[in-house]
Amino acid sequence: MTSVLDPQPTTAPEAADPMTPVPYRLERLRQDTRDTFTLELEPVAGPPLAYRAGQFTMLDAFGVGEVPISISGDPTRPGPLEHTIRDVGVVTHALVTAEEGAVLGVRGPFGTTWDVADGEGGDVVLVAGGIGLAPLRPALLELIGHRDRYGRVVLLYGARTPEDILFGDELRTWAVDHGVTVEVTVDNGQHAWRGKVGLVTHLVPRAGFDARNTLALVCGPEVMMRYAASALVDRGVPAGRVRLSMERSMKCGVGLCGHCQLRELFVCVDGPVLTYDRLAPLLTCREL
Amino acid sequence: MTTTLPVLPVPHVPARAPHAMPTLAVWKFASCDGCQLTLLNCEDELMALAGRIRIAYFPEATRAVVDGPYDVSLVEGSVTTPEEIERIGHIREMSRTLVTIGACASAGGIQALRNFGDVAEFRSVVYAHPEYLSTLARSTPISAHVSVDFELRGCPVDKGQLLEVLSAYIQGRRPRIPTYSVCVECKRRGAVCVTVAHGTPCLGPVTQAGCGALCPAFARGCYGCFGPQDTPNTAALADRLLAGGMAPVDVMRIYRTFNAASEPFRRESERHEPGPDDDARDDAPHDAAADARPEREVPR
Amino acid sequence: MDRRAQIIDVQGLQDLVEALLARGYTVVGPTVRDGAVVLGPISGVDDLPRGVHDRQDAALYRLETRDDDALFGYAAPVQGAKPVFFPADELLWRAHRSPDGFDVEDPDGERPGPVALIGARACDLTAVDIHDEVLMRRRYVDDHYARRRAGTFVVAVACGEPGGTCFCASVGTGPCPRTGYDLLLTELLEAEHHFLVEVGTSRGADVLADVPTTVATPSDVTAAGDVVARATERMGRTLETEGLRDLLYASAESPRWDDVASRCLACTSCTLVCPTCFCTSVGDVTDLTGDVAERHRVWDSCFSEQFSYIHGGALRSETRSRYRQWMTHKLGSWQDQFGMLGCVGCGRCITWCPAAIDITAEAAALRAAAPPPGPPAAPPVPVPTGVRP
Repeated sequence: MTSVLDPQPTTAPEAADPMTPVPYRLERLRQDTRDTFTLELEPVAGPPLAYRAGQFTMLDAFGVGEVPISISGDPTRPGPLEHTIRDVGVVTHALVTAEEGAVLGVRGPFGTTWDVADGEGGDVVLVAGGIGLAPLRPALLELIGHRDRYGRVVLLYGARTPEDILFGDELRTWAVDHGVTVEVTVDNGQHAWRGKVGLVTHLVPRAGFDARNTLALVCGPEVMMRYAASALVDRGVPAGRVRLSMERSMKCGVGLCGHCQLRELFVCVDGPVLTYDRLAPLLTCREL
Repeated sequence: MTTTLPVLPVPHVPARAPHAMPTLAVWKFASCDGCQLTLLNCEDELMALAGRIRIAYFPEATRAVVDGPYDVSLVEGSVTTPEEIERIGHIREMSRTLVTIGACASAGGIQALRNFGDVAEFRSVVYAHPEYLSTLARSTPISAHVSVDFELRGCPVDKGQLLEVLSAYIQGRRPRIPTYSVCVECKRRGAVCVTVAHGTPCLGPVTQAGCGALCPAFARGCYGCFGPQDTPNTAALADRLLAGGMAPVDVMRIYRTFNAASEPFRRESERHEPGPDDDARDDAPHDAAADARPEREVPR
Repeated sequence: MDRRAQIIDVQGLQDLVEALLARGYTVVGPTVRDGAVVLGPISGVDDLPRGVHDRQDAALYRLETRDDDALFGYAAPVQGAKPVFFPADELLWRAHRSPDGFDVEDPDGERPGPVALIGARACDLTAVDIHDEVLMRRRYVDDHYARRRAGTFVVAVACGEPGGTCFCASVGTGPCPRTGYDLLLTELLEAEHHFLVEVGTSRGADVLADVPTTVATPSDVTAAGDVVARATERMGRTLETEGLRDLLYASAESPRWDDVASRCLACTSCTLVCPTCFCTSVGDVTDLTGDVAERHRVWDSCFSEQFSYIHGGALRSETRSRYRQWMTHKLGSWQDQFGMLGCVGCGRCITWCPAAIDITAEAAALRAAAPPPGPPAAPPVPVPTGVRP
C-alpha cells in the first residue's frame, strides 16, 4: 500500500487525455434507411484514426452529449472514419441531423476487436440483427480484403422490414463479387418482399459452414445474440469461437465510469467483443 | 406524474421560418406566480435570453402581445375551472412545444388537496354565495388535458433547471433534467444527512432532485417539492417514519403537500388515511417540532 | 532516519500541522460540522473534534460528548478521503465554438498544492489505495485524480474508537494501518494526553524533525498496542469474507434481493458515502447561446434508474437488480476486476442508509440461504477478454 504515498500511475497513460474529444469534420452524411445514417468524418488536424474491426468511438455532438458508436468503415484501407447511426435518442438525433461541414468530437478508438484473422483457414459466419450489421461491416470488409485466406464466409442478416435493410447494394456485391453467402430475412415482409420472413436465428441451423472449424461473429439486440449464439453452439461451434458485440450504457469508454459493468466485465475495455463461453452465464440472468 | 396519461394527439403547428428568433409565451393557470417569478429572477441570464428568444406573451413581464403560434409555451398552474380546460386546449394548439413549469402545472399543486375532500362542502363553508362559483371538483395537472412535451418539477422550479430547459429547446435538444433522488444532490454537496444525524424526517430519498438539496443543506428535512423520483419506494420510507414514531396521520400529511396528487405520493398518503374507527387525531395538536428535534444536543 | 517511536503532546500536534502548512500542504482533517465529523481544511488542533464521540448504528449517527479531551475519539467521518481526491463535480473540459468547430480548453490551469491528510484511518487509507488501483494503475489513467493525488502526505491515526457499524477487522484493513503513512499517531489518553508517533517514511521523519518530541518508553509502546487490541475487539459488525465472490455469484437469483428491494429506497446514499465507489457520469452544460460547453464528471450511482439506460430503457429497471449489482460488485466482482475486495469495512453504507439496510446482514442472509459449497470455483483471474488491438 506504499502507493498511497507515492501514487505514480504504473501504466503509461495513453498519449492524449482519453476524456477530451478530438475535432472531426463531417465530410459526408448518407441516409441508409428511413432512420439510419452513415457519417463520414475526417480529422480537422492530424492523421486519420487507426482502428480495428469491432472497435468503437465516443462520438460527441457539441453541447448535446456523447454516445458510444461502433465504427462501420473499412479498417484495411485509409479513408474517412465511418459510423452508421440509428436515430433513436437525443445525441444520435443531433449527430444524424448535423450538417455536412459541421465539426463533431471523437474519442477513441476503444475496446476489443473481432480479431477476424483468428478465423483464417476456416469458415466465418456473421450473424447480424438490425443496426448490428454496421459493427460487422468492418469485419466483412477485412474478410473480403483477404478472401483467399478463409473458407466459406456466410452472412446471416435479419432486418425488421425490407425498407430497413442496410447496405443493400453492398450485400449484393459481397455475394456476387466476393463469394460471400448472404442470407437476408425480415421480421415483417409485406409489400413486394419475396425473400425470407422470420428470425435470423432460424437461419443458423441450415446455413452452410463447417461448425467445428468456424469463427462466428454476432451483433444485434441482446436477445437475438443470445439465441443466435445458442443456435451456433447447438450446431457444434465451440462457445469460445462465438464472439458477440455487447451494448451497455457508457460514459467514458475507458473503464473508469462504471456504467457498462456486466458483473466482472467492463464492457468498454473488456469488450465490446466478448466470447460466448464467457458471456453465456451472464446473459441468462435478467437485469444483471 | 406521467403514469396515467392518456395519449393525446399533438396538434400540427406550422414550422417556424428558418433563422427566425423563436418565440416564447408564458401562461398562468391556478398558481401562485412563483414559477413565473423564477424566470424574472434569472437576472444575469435575462439579457442573453432576450437575445436568443422573443418574449411574445408574458403578462407578468410585458404588456406587449405577439400573436401565436409560439415556439415554446411555458405553462404555470393547474386546471381548476371549466374555462381553464378550454383555455389550455387553445394554448396547446398555438404551441409547438409546451412545457409545464412547477408542481401545480405538473402535478396539480397544493390546491390538489381538494381532491381528497368535498369541494361542495368547502365552497358552502367559505363563500357567502357559492352559487356564483364555477370550480372543478379536482385540481389536475396540464397533462390531464393536453399533451405535454416536458414537465419541469419544483415548487417553485429551479432557476438553473428552467434555463436548461429553455436552452435545450432553443438549441433543439431534449432537456437534461435528472430524475434521481434528492440524496444524490445532498451527498454531492457534502451536506450531512438530517435523517441519520439529527433524526429529522426527510422526503429526500423518494423525491426527485433539482433543488440542489436546499432544505437538507440548511438542516431541514425535504418537503418533496420536486415530486417523486423515478423509483420512489414511498412505502419503505413510510415504514421508517412510522418506526421512528411518526403518527400515521402525519405520514399521510407528509406525502400530501405540493405534489399530493402525483400518483406515488397520492397512493402512499391514502394508505395512511385514518379509517372510520380510528381516532383521526385531526384535532389533536401535534408537536411536529418534536419530531424534528435531535435526540440530544449535539456539538456544532 | 530515526525509526524509533516518538511521543508528542497536543502542542506537538499543532506544531506538526503548522510544519505541514509551512511546507505548502493543504491540510485536511476531521472537524465538526452540522452535528457530525466531516473532513475539511484545518489549520490546527482547535479545528479538530475535541472530546466528541459518534454513536453509529444502522441509519443512526449521533455525536455525543466524551468525558475526556480526545481529538480522535470517534470512528469513520461522514465521508472518507474520496471527496478530497475525487470531487463530486469535476470540470473535465470547457470548449468554445470556433470556425474550426470547437476549441477545447484545459481547465486544470490552477493546480492545488499537495494535500496532507491528518487523522486518516486504516479503512480510509485502504480506500485511497483502492481508488489508486482503479483510477491510476490500469490502462487508462484518470488525469484529474492523479493530479490531485500527487505528493499526498499522510498522518494516519490508529483507530481507538470503532463505531457500531465498523467491521474493518473482518476485512483485514484495520483498525491500525500497517503501511501507507508518512507518520502514524496513536492517541494515548491515560496519564497524560499525548500521541505515540511512528515514522513511516523519510519524508515523515523530515517533517517530524520540526516538532519537539521525546523518545517513546516501552510502556508507551505497550499502551499504543493496547489501544489497537481493544479496538479490534469492539467492532460493531462482522463480515465473513470466506468465499464471498462465489457466494454472490451463486446468489444471483436469490429471493433475498426481493426482500432487500422492499426496504431499499434506491436513494443512492450507500454508494455516495462509500469511500471506494467510483462510478461517475458526465453531463454537458451549455450557456444559452450554445457557444460554450462544459463537460462535468459527477458522482453517479448504480442505484439510479438512468445509470443503466440505453435506448429502449434502463437495463436495471428494478431496485432488486440495482442492489444486487452494488453488493455483487463490492464483495464479488471487484475481486475479479482488481484482485481485492471493494469493501474496507468502514460501515458508512450501513450508518448512512436511511432505510437501515446492513450489508453485513444481507451477506449473512445470503450465506444462510446458500446451498452448501460444492467444489471450489476457479480462483479470481484477470478477466479474459476479447482481443485487444
